[in-house]
Amino acid sequence: MKGYSQSKAPYFFIAPALILLILFSLLPIVVALVISFTNMDLAGLADWSNISFVGLDNYVDVLADPVFGKSILNTLFYVVIGVPLILIGSLLVAIIVNFGGNRIFNAFRVIYYMPSVTNVVAVAVVWGLLYNPVFGLLNFLLDSVHLSAVPWLQDPIMAKISLIIMGAWRGIGLNMIIFIAALQGIPRSYYEAAQLDGAGNFKQLIHITLPMLRFAVFFVSITTMIGWLQFFEEPFIMTDGGPLDSTTSVALFIYHNGFQLSHFGYSAAGSFVLFFAIILVTLLQFKLQGKDTDL
Amino acid sequence: MSAHANSRSSAAKNELALKWALGALLTIGGILVILPFVWMILSAFKPESEMQNIPPTFLPVKPTFENFKHLFTQLNFSVYLKNTLIIVVFSFVGLFLNAMAGFGFAKYKFKGGSVLFYLVLATMMIPGQVTMIPVYLILNEMHLTNTMTGIILPGLVGAFGIFLFRQFMQTIPDELLEATRLDGASEFRTFMQIVLPISKPILAVQGILAFIAGWNSFIWPLIIANDEKLYTLSVGLTLLKGQYGGNFALQMAGSTFMVIPIIVIFIIFQRHIIENFSISGMK
Repeated sequence: MKGYSQSKAPYFFIAPALILLILFSLLPIVVALVISFTNMDLAGLADWSNISFVGLDNYVDVLADPVFGKSILNTLFYVVIGVPLILIGSLLVAIIVNFGGNRIFNAFRVIYYMPSVTNVVAVAVVWGLLYNPVFGLLNFLLDSVHLSAVPWLQDPIMAKISLIIMGAWRGIGLNMIIFIAALQGIPRSYYEAAQLDGAGNFKQLIHITLPMLRFAVFFVSITTMIGWLQFFEEPFIMTDGGPLDSTTSVALFIYHNGFQLSHFGYSAAGSFVLFFAIILVTLLQFKLQGKDTDL
Repeated sequence: MSAHANSRSSAAKNELALKWALGALLTIGGILVILPFVWMILSAFKPESEMQNIPPTFLPVKPTFENFKHLFTQLNFSVYLKNTLIIVVFSFVGLFLNAMAGFGFAKYKFKGGSVLFYLVLATMMIPGQVTMIPVYLILNEMHLTNTMTGIILPGLVGAFGIFLFRQFMQTIPDELLEATRLDGASEFRTFMQIVLPISKPILAVQGILAFIAGWNSFIWPLIIANDEKLYTLSVGLTLLKGQYGGNFALQMAGSTFMVIPIIVIFIIFQRHIIENFSISGMK
C-alpha cells in the first residue's frame, strides 16, 4: 500500500463505527458541557425555550451540596481501600498460580476469573442475600463459629466495606490475568542467574519479580482506580446509596440526580467534576510513575 | 558430593512443601470465590419457605423447579429473555462494524486516517457517567428513547474492539489483498472473503466477549427503556428485587438463570478469553 489511497473505500469501512462513536461518545461530551451551564430539566426537555443559561451556578451548587460532598468522600473511601485490596489480592493470586505452574494451578485462573464475566446485577442480588442480617449465609457462618453478627449493609462504614469486598471479588480475576501475563514475560534467565547466586524464592520475588512487574502494577492501579471512581452498579442495586447516603458514590449521585430527579444540567455539572477528578488522578499517577523510573 | 546432593534434595522437598502450602491457600481462596455461585444455585431450587429456615439448609431439602416456572409464568422473564437475545444479536452486528473500521484503519493510508484513529482511541477515556445524560438527551431528540433501537445504538461499537481488530489486521500481508484486487474483487468483497476468514481467531474472541457484554447489558436499557416490554434480563432482575424483596428463592432463580449460561460459555471458551487478555492486556 504505497502512498495515499485515492479511493473512498477506507471511509466506507470506518464510517458506520465512526459515526456511532461521534454521535454517542464525542458529541455527548460537548452536550454535557453545554447543559452543565444551563438549568436543563424535564421542562427543558419538553420545550427548549424553558432552558436558560445559568453560568457556573450548577458547579457552585453541586460543590456545596452536602450529598455530593458525601459521595466524594465515599468514593475516596472506595479508592483508598479498594485499590490496594485488588492490587495485592490479584498480584498474590497471580504469583501463586505462576509459581505452581502446572495444570491444577492453571485451573484456578478460571475459578478466580469467573466473577469478572458474570452479570453484575445477578451477583449483586446474590451478595445482597449473603449479607442479609437474618437469612444471610455470612452471619450464619459467623454465628456457627460463635462470632457476633456483622451489620453488613446496615452500618454506614461496614456497608462501604461490604461493597468493597464484593467489588474486590469481582475485580481480582481480570487483574490476576494481566499479572500472570506480565509474570510470564519475565525472562527465565534472570531467575537462573539468581539461583546460581544462591537467592531463595523470597529474594527472587523481591529483587526480580516485583521490579519487573512495575509496568503491570502501574497499569492495574490506574485502571482499578478509574473503576472505583466510576463505582455504580453495586451500590445502586444493593443499598441504593443508603444507609443515610453512606454508600452513595459520585456515579450514583449523577444517576440519581439525572434520571430520578431529572436535574440534567445539575447532574452534568457533577459528572464533569468526576471527569476532572479522573483526569487529575491519572496524570498524577503518570507523574509518580515517571519519578519512579528516574530513580 | 553426597552432602551437596542431600542439600539439593532437601531444597526440592522444601519447594514441594511450599507448593502444597500455596496450593492449599489457593484452594481456600477458590472455595470462597465460588461460594456465592454455589449458594445461588442451591437456593434457586429451594421452596420459598425453606429459604426462611434458621439455621439455613445447605442442600435443598425438597428441590423444586417452581421458582424458575414462576419467573416465566407470573413474571415477564420470557420478554426480558427475548429482548436480551435481540441485544446479543445486534452486538454481533456491532462486532462486524468494529471489524470493518479496524480493517479501514489497518490497511489503508488515507487523509485524516491517523487523526481519526486517535479520535477513536480518545473515546476510550470518556467515563460513562459523563455521556449517560447527554446520550439520553440526544436519543430523545431523535425520538429513540424507549425504543429497542435507542437501547442498542449507544453501545453498538467500541473503541477497544476497533483497536484490537486493527492490531490484528495489520499483520495480514498486503500482497494477499493486492492479488485479490487484481482478480477484480471489490474492496468489500476482499474484506468479506479474504480478511474476515483470516481474522477468525480475533473474531472468535471478540464474538465471545460481545455475547457476554450483550447478555449482561444493563446501563443503556436501564436508562433508555421506560416500558417493561423493553427490559433486558438485568433490568428485569432489578425490578424483581424491588417488587419481590422478600422472595429470596425467586431472586436466586432469576440470578441463576442469568449467570449459568455465561459460566458455561466462559468455561468452554476460557482459554481463548484468557489468552486474549494476555495478549492485549500488556500491549
